[in-house]
Amino acid sequence: MAIILTEEQKELKALIKEFMENEVIPYAQEYDERGEFPEEILKKAHEMGLGCMNIEEEFGGSGLDNETMAVLIEEMAYGEAGVSTSLTVSGLAYECVRDFGSQEQKKLIAEAIVAGKYVSFALTEADAGSNAGAARCSYALDGDEYVINGSKAFITNASYADYHLVFATKDPALGVRGLSAFIVANDTPGVSRGKKENKMGLRLSNTSDLHFDNVRVSKDMLVGKEGLGFKMAMTSLDVGRILIGAAATGIAQRALDESVKYAKQRSPFGQPIATHQAVQFIIADMAIEIEAARLLTKNAAILKDKGMRISKEAAIAKSFSSDVAMKATTDAVQILGGYGYSKEYPVEKLMRDAKVYQIFEGTNQIQRIVISGAVLKE
Amino acid sequence: MNILVCVKQVPDTEEIKIDPITGSLIREGVAAILNPLDACALEAAVRLKEAYGGKVTVLSMGPPQAKEALKQCVAVGADEAVLITDRAFKDADTLATSYALSMTAKQLGEFDVIVCGKHTLDGETGQVGPQIAEHMDWSQVTHVMDMKVEEGKLVAVREMEDGREVVEATLPCVASVTKASYTPRYPTIKSKLAAGKKEILTLSADEIKNLDKERIGMSGSRTKVAKSFSAPTGQAGMVIQEETGEATGRKLARILHEAKLV
Repeated sequence: MAIILTEEQKELKALIKEFMENEVIPYAQEYDERGEFPEEILKKAHEMGLGCMNIEEEFGGSGLDNETMAVLIEEMAYGEAGVSTSLTVSGLAYECVRDFGSQEQKKLIAEAIVAGKYVSFALTEADAGSNAGAARCSYALDGDEYVINGSKAFITNASYADYHLVFATKDPALGVRGLSAFIVANDTPGVSRGKKENKMGLRLSNTSDLHFDNVRVSKDMLVGKEGLGFKMAMTSLDVGRILIGAAATGIAQRALDESVKYAKQRSPFGQPIATHQAVQFIIADMAIEIEAARLLTKNAAILKDKGMRISKEAAIAKSFSSDVAMKATTDAVQILGGYGYSKEYPVEKLMRDAKVYQIFEGTNQIQRIVISGAVLKE
Repeated sequence: MNILVCVKQVPDTEEIKIDPITGSLIREGVAAILNPLDACALEAAVRLKEAYGGKVTVLSMGPPQAKEALKQCVAVGADEAVLITDRAFKDADTLATSYALSMTAKQLGEFDVIVCGKHTLDGETGQVGPQIAEHMDWSQVTHVMDMKVEEGKLVAVREMEDGREVVEATLPCVASVTKASYTPRYPTIKSKLAAGKKEILTLSADEIKNLDKERIGMSGSRTKVAKSFSAPTGQAGMVIQEETGEATGRKLARILHEAKLV
C-alpha cells in the first residue's frame, strides 16, 4: 500500500487486523446468513475502544483524529463492513453533540458510548431521505418540555441504542429551517422500535424504524439552537462521509486481494488466470481506483483535522470510494466466476455490502449536487 | 502483589528454517513475536494484579529490538518493563539465561511471584522457569492453568496429562503457566498508544549488581549445540464436514481437483 502511515497508525492498524482476523472474519458468513447483530463480537470491540475512537480522552474515549480513524475503519471494513458500521455510527451522533451541544450533553453521550452503549443518528424518514427538509417527525414546546411525534426509518443501531439523536421539525412548511435535534433516551415513554430491515447486505449491522408517540423530553435535551438541525446534521455527515469513504476503500481492497489470491491459483487452461491480460487489466484498474479512493479519503480527513470546511472533499471521497467499491466487488465476482457467485467464497458478500455505500449518508447523486454546488460557487 | 513476568521475543516459528551449513536458526526475514506462552504468563500475572492489587513488571533478555515485545506487554497490563541487553549475554543456554534473569530479579525488587510461560516456541526446553526458582531458592509450580492466593499461599491448578492437580506453594514462588485458561486479552487503542510511549528500562551486564560474568553468555553455558537440523514434518490433516454426505464429497472432490490430485 503506497501510503505513508505514522508508527502509531501502523500499530493500531495491525491491532485491528488481528482482531478482525481472529474474532470476526471466521464468523462473518454465519451472521450474514442469519442477518444477526453480532453483539458478543461488538462487546469485545467496544472493550478495545473501537466504538469510541473519536471521543476525547478526557471522557474516556480513544481520542483519535479523523486521519487515523480513516486508516482503522478501512481495516475494519476490510474484515467486515457491518461491524465497522455498527462501531462508527454512535460516533457520528457524538460528532453532532460535540460540535453543537452543551458540556452536559457531550458528557452524557460520550460516556454512554465509552461504556459500550449505542447512540443512533435518527434523521432519515420513510418519505424524507435525500431531502431532510421534508421531515414530518415533529416537535412542539409544551411548558418546560418538548413533545416529539412521528417516525424515523432506516436508522442504524436503532434496535440496540440507549439514546437517539432525533431530528424533528417545528413546522414542515419551514423545510430545512424547521429542523432541530434532540437527545432522546430510548427508555423515555412513547419511544418504540419498529421493524428491523431485512437487508441485501451489511447484514451484521442493525437497521430499524423508530416511533415517537408524545415523547416528552426536557428542554435541556435540545442540541444547539432551534432551527439549526439541518446545518448540524450536514456538518456531522461531512465527517461521516469521510469514514464511509474509508470503509468503502476497505471493501474494495478486500475484493482486490481476494481476486489476486484466486487468480494466482485458478488454472483452467493450464496457466493461472492471473497470467491472462484480460484478468491482469481488471486487477490493474482495481488497484488504480483503490489507491485513488484511499488518497481522496485521507485528504478529506487531513483537511477536517486541520479545521477546514470539507463538504466538497468529503462528498468526493464518499462518492468516489463507494463507486470504486461497487465496481471492484462486482469485478471480483467476475474474476472468481461461478465460485464468486457462490456463498462459499467471500466476494458475493462484498458485492452486497458495497451497494449501500452508494446509498446511505446521502446517495451518490446527492453527493454530486453537493460537489457541483461547491464547484460552481468557487 | 509484586509480580515479575519473564518473557522472550522469539522468531515466528511457522516460518522457522535452519541453515544447513552452520546449523543455526535463520532469523533474517522472520518476524519476531512475543513467545505465545509468555503472553499467557503475562495474562495470568495481570489477572493476579486485578484480583489482589499490586504491580506487574516484565523482564526480558535479548537484543535491543526485544523492546517491541516488552511494549506489547505494557499494552496489555504490565506496569514496568525491563530489558537486559549486552553482547556478554550472547549464546546463553538456559542455565546462563536463568542466572542472568534471577540476578536481575533480585535487583529489581521484592517479588511475591515470578510467572513464566511453560516453554518458548524456539528452544522448547521448558527449563528457564524452574531454573529461576532454583537460583532464587524459591518454591515453584509448573504447568499452571489457574492460580489464586489464599492465606499467604499460592494455590495453583496444574494441568496434567491424565487430569488436574491442585497444589499449594509458599510465597515467594515461581509459576510457569500453560495456555489452557490464560487466553491473552487484546490491548485497547489507548493502552496500545500509551505503550508506544512507555520508557523501557535497559540494563547492561555491568549494571546488574553482583553478576558473575563467568556465569552468563557463552562462558556460563553448560550445554553446547552440537548440531541442528530440520526434521521432516508430516502435513497436518484437514477435516471436511459439510451438512450432507453429498456436499462433503463434492467439497473433497473440488479440493482434490484444485490440487491437481485427481
